[in-house]
Amino acid sequence: MADLRCEIAGVKAPNPFWLASAPPTDKEYNVVRAFKAGWGGVVWKTLGEDPPVVNTTSRYGALHYRGHRMMGFNNIELISDRPLQLNLQEIKRVKKDWPDRAILVSLMVPCEEESWKAILEVVEETGADGVELNFGCPHGMSERGMGSAVGQVPDYIEMVVRWCKAHTRMPVFVKLTPNVTSILAPARAARRGGADAVSLINTINSITGVDLDLMTPMPTVHGKGAHGGYCGPAVKPIALCMVGEIARDTECRGLPISAIGGIETWRDAAEFIAMGAGSAQVCTAAMHYGFRIVEDMVTGLSNWMDQKGYRSIEDFRGAAVPNYVDWKDLDMNWDIKARIDQDLCIKCGLCHIACEDTAHQAIAALRTDGARRYEVIDAECVGCNLCSHACPVEGCITMVPVESGRPYMTWEQDPRNPRRVPQAAE
Amino acid sequence: MGDAVDIRAGRLTPAEYDANFDELYPPLDRKRALVEASRCYFCHDAPCVEACPTSIDIPRFIRGIHTDNVAGAATTILEANIMGGACARVCPTEILCEGACVRTAQENKPVKIGLLQRYATDHLLESGTQPFTRAAPTGQRIAVVGAGPAGLACAHALARDGHDVVVFEKRPKGGGLNEYGIAAYKVPHGFAQKEVEFILGVGGIELRCGVALGRDIHLRDLRREFSAVFIGVGLGGVNVLGLPGEELAGVHNAVDYIARLRQADPASLPVGHDVVVIGGGNTAIDIAVQSRRLGATNVTIAYRRGASQMGATRHEQEVAQTNGVTIRHWTRPVRLIGEDDHVRAVELEYTQLGQTGRLMGTDDRFTLRADMVFKAIGQHLVPSALDGSVDLLEIERGKIKVNEDRMSSLDRVWAGGDAIGQGQDLTVQAVEDGKIAARAIHRYLMD
Repeated sequence: MADLRCEIAGVKAPNPFWLASAPPTDKEYNVVRAFKAGWGGVVWKTLGEDPPVVNTTSRYGALHYRGHRMMGFNNIELISDRPLQLNLQEIKRVKKDWPDRAILVSLMVPCEEESWKAILEVVEETGADGVELNFGCPHGMSERGMGSAVGQVPDYIEMVVRWCKAHTRMPVFVKLTPNVTSILAPARAARRGGADAVSLINTINSITGVDLDLMTPMPTVHGKGAHGGYCGPAVKPIALCMVGEIARDTECRGLPISAIGGIETWRDAAEFIAMGAGSAQVCTAAMHYGFRIVEDMVTGLSNWMDQKGYRSIEDFRGAAVPNYVDWKDLDMNWDIKARIDQDLCIKCGLCHIACEDTAHQAIAALRTDGARRYEVIDAECVGCNLCSHACPVEGCITMVPVESGRPYMTWEQDPRNPRRVPQAAE
Repeated sequence: MGDAVDIRAGRLTPAEYDANFDELYPPLDRKRALVEASRCYFCHDAPCVEACPTSIDIPRFIRGIHTDNVAGAATTILEANIMGGACARVCPTEILCEGACVRTAQENKPVKIGLLQRYATDHLLESGTQPFTRAAPTGQRIAVVGAGPAGLACAHALARDGHDVVVFEKRPKGGGLNEYGIAAYKVPHGFAQKEVEFILGVGGIELRCGVALGRDIHLRDLRREFSAVFIGVGLGGVNVLGLPGEELAGVHNAVDYIARLRQADPASLPVGHDVVVIGGGNTAIDIAVQSRRLGATNVTIAYRRGASQMGATRHEQEVAQTNGVTIRHWTRPVRLIGEDDHVRAVELEYTQLGQTGRLMGTDDRFTLRADMVFKAIGQHLVPSALDGSVDLLEIERGKIKVNEDRMSSLDRVWAGGDAIGQGQDLTVQAVEDGKIAARAIHRYLMD
């Protein structure tokens, strides 16, 4: 049985599966249920200054895809709408009752040092393991100069993090917004300010759809719609990329990362850990299926680690980071061709039509005695993978390496590159 | 034989009749339809389309259902098959589209194409929208004989092309076997008539019921009065067993009884305590299952060969068995035993294949009690109804001979449906015949 314990910026947890700051972590009742189910930690839903915010009804929008519910999910909910003192009392009690679990407290107050100082003092008294600065929420609070309005300005991030580090002994996590052109600027600013870790991604600006009867963006609040924060399985690729950007950045080297973004299974979590993350925060999947999804996440990750011979999270954390390179560092001599397993083929023709209409006309549609047969034309196949993605049968189309005997050659070394700088030996 | 003949109506409670003669396969609601539609891979050169005699663009209409473009989906279906609603209910999909579905190959669980087709066509028919229009009038008049699937499909296509069509039908209503011949639980709630009304709704089609070819109208007159004639009269004759006792009371042609059942309140229909059905096609299954559903206690199908040789599909055989019908394979009747001029039993003989592959009796016999016997051993074309012009209208293997355009040996006479069929006599094939003939007639008239 692999050791799933994780430690990130000094915060320890029995496993890396944490609930992200969101409705599931809004109060003691939910958090205790989560801990009973087996979650390793929580980031308590964002606290702000009193009086508490007031929410609208109709807070969530969703993108359903071909019968699958909530492939994408969005919300226009604000930070905790409960009194600060009530939240603090509950945090203190839960931490006391569940000392082995990680409890971070998400915070969002106006961009003034006194505000941050004041809230840090009271949070520290709860015994929480750390704080997470919410510089991410793209909706509502950003209109009041908080959330992503801060997270989009690296100088503000650095400034606030400095204040926080000056006023608390607790580890400071900075939650980053993906609503920026490059995630590196805010990440580097957080590091400069002294952040102990970053959490990402927060939600993405979004409208989940337009109600064509009401002619309103969704989710709809009495005939109007505001943009909300997008999350769920659909955002995972974006989150993986941003986590990887930070993990491989020399200026951010060693900065602990708590990953967020479409994590639903142990495999998703393992991918983020391989990309450098120290823990995996979950929200949408829990909001879709309830807390007990963590049971399979724990045993699934453990079984996979056993199978791979990884004894601890650290054994494979970041293992994929060195392989995340720029395009120019890819091997131009690598050659693969599509191979169709005729025994598995169900003759749907999707590989053919995808290639024929939109790619390289490299899959022939044949009829042998009336029976359909789809065959790859090697001379035309550029090895793009499209057919293997379109094919609905697992394992039917594989991309097989062609042994060329040629060495690894990047674009910078490629003679076809008009801007290539000739090597000394040439 | 001891006990009295036990043939009675009203064996069941009204609720039982309602349940037994309601839809065998309930329709999909929107949610189920969306889930099912999402299973379609939208195949290129889809095998299901090829397996459909009318070549409905199945992936396209399923995509329409998936995007809530249900009217578009229905129009796609009806453009190819104007009786798409009936076919969705009566087609043996497991040997057609669903049998060819790539998901059958992948996981033995095809997309439920029939139910999806029904979802789309029901939606359109219930909306009362008429998606089809007629071309400018051509001034040509065409006679269609028989208002079954072949005749109505032909008439509809010709009407769309701007021709005026008169459809002559022997029975009181149009719809053919959809109205008179298919098991009640497959097309309940007056569906066949709704579909006929929808087809006639395009305009330009006059339906004259109660008019029989060879009795009230004659082919030579039709050829004189109309620009073209289409014959879709089906198979009017019922095959006989040729066995002693066949004339006894209680011995019925299955098709006649089904026609009666389709037009009556099931509670008013007498059915025996012990019923024996002779035959192995879908008609045999239909009468056997309906007998059970009318309250018969023991229903046995006697078929002279094995399960794989039955004309009824495997699915139909399962329907019979799950409805409590016993199928006795490799048995054939040798005589019907009566008492007081009423059938009381059937004597059967086991059969086997001889060394030459010919079916032969084994002389091993047994007797089944029977208050009612249904003969379901096939129907045949009645050439005399074709008005003595048989000499000219060439018949081949008992059916009207046609070329690939469904044109008969007679000038300006086309034919389709079961009257020409050399195969399984499917509704969907009849529709295709009507479609092809209409195209050929239109070409002929407009050249």
